[in-house]
Amino acid sequence: MPQPIDSVKGFAVTFRQLFKKPITQQYPEFKRPMYPRFRGRHRLHRHQDGLEKCVGCSLCAAACPADCIRVVAAENTPDNRVSAGERYARIYEINMSRCIFCGYCELACPFDAITLGNEFEISEYSRDDLIYTKDMLLAEPIKRVPVADPDLYDTPIPYYETNS
Amino acid sequence: MNNGEPWWISLIKAAIIVNLVMLAFAYTTWLERKLLGRLQLRYGPNRAGPFGLLQPIADLIKLIRKESFFPVAARDSVYIVAPVIALFTALAAFAVIPFGAGWQIWHYHVNGEIANVSIGLILIFALGSVGVYGAIVGGWASESKFSLLGSMRTCAQLVSYEVSLALSVLGVVLMGQSLNLVDIVNKQGATIWFFIPQLAGLLVFFFAVIAETSRPPFDLPEADTELVAGYHTEYGGMRWGLFQTAEYINMITLSALAVTLFFAGWHGPWAPLGPLWFLLKVFVLVSILIWVRASVPRLRYDQLMSFGWKVLLPIATLNAVITALLVVWVD
Repeated sequence: MPQPIDSVKGFAVTFRQLFKKPITQQYPEFKRPMYPRFRGRHRLHRHQDGLEKCVGCSLCAAACPADCIRVVAAENTPDNRVSAGERYARIYEINMSRCIFCGYCELACPFDAITLGNEFEISEYSRDDLIYTKDMLLAEPIKRVPVADPDLYDTPIPYYETNS
Repeated sequence: MNNGEPWWISLIKAAIIVNLVMLAFAYTTWLERKLLGRLQLRYGPNRAGPFGLLQPIADLIKLIRKESFFPVAARDSVYIVAPVIALFTALAAFAVIPFGAGWQIWHYHVNGEIANVSIGLILIFALGSVGVYGAIVGGWASESKFSLLGSMRTCAQLVSYEVSLALSVLGVVLMGQSLNLVDIVNKQGATIWFFIPQLAGLLVFFFAVIAETSRPPFDLPEADTELVAGYHTEYGGMRWGLFQTAEYINMITLSALAVTLFFAGWHGPWAPLGPLWFLLKVFVLVSILIWVRASVPRLRYDQLMSFGWKVLLPIATLNAVITALLVVWVD
């Protein structure tokens, strides 16, 4: 049998919550900062002189467990020099609807040409729009998310206890 | 029987009451989500309109626009009729609940209830029992094991708690010396609100109401974690919506019945506000039901059954016997 007094105490506990401020963070208005190491939308990078870091070696595609990267390489020529290496990625596509954001591509890349950024708001109405081409990956992401100051989170007292 | 009220006034009142009850249902869902949210440190709906007040309308539009899909194995006619039975009985039960003292409008007398039936209380319980068929038939016609298990549980639970529900109000009937709800309310207005002498009856009634409306902690018929959704697992769109409507309207009706039987209906402690007192009391009772949902975890099935048969039923019986003895002794 249930203990009647304890059950009544339980009602008091729930009733007390009515007078507290809800701890819900209203998402589209309030964006919680991401951890710097959060794995989101990919980015391709360039060297400082403007040449692409990617040399079209396809190691990322080989490492990808979801098989969502497609690389077609082509030779650099003196009048069409795209990357710093011998070859460059003529086609570089990532199918975001298959990507599982594991970060293996980042690990496999010998030139740090591909990294995973912090952007996570990448939903689209069409699957076709989720295939990111090289131009899209090289450009700055359209939507940005705030990135957390690590000091804010690496505190002895958890964030939710001081801010709720 | 109807105090010289022409039949067409009853008809107009019925139309108004049905719409008001549906409106009350819509905003009970809103209240439940909002209050439940606040009790759990959430906001609840707050996107559609100010304070999420348009949420019920958004839900309705969404449900109506959904494809009315149903399983191939389902028995069509029964499958379609089941939610209709559930909703019809839920709505019809409101016809005998008095919400006001009656008014003189122009030279017609308008009663404070749609139908002044001399066996109003029995009518409500009878309609409730028919409403159980909606759940049972719906689950059976779906041809799905979750639905069938859900409707078996619904059947067992509702049948066992109906006994306690009916016995718990026996004390009120004895004190009011009538089965007519209007007479019971008038008696309470003239003497004492029945929740004071009938506290045991009220408690049993309250537990039985939670079980009858299959709300937590007695929500075993639709225990989400075990049965997906119980008897309406295979229902979608507005058909599911009808079941949900029936459930919430049952909750409102039984709260209104509790107000009528134990809290003197439209009578207030002061200020003759009539229907406003009635509304306020129903609102408080519905809020308490929501509060219970937020506070208590679901019982196990054997606990539910032993609570119904070994705790509620003896208390209700004892209460009825003692009340009967006292009523005879006082007379």
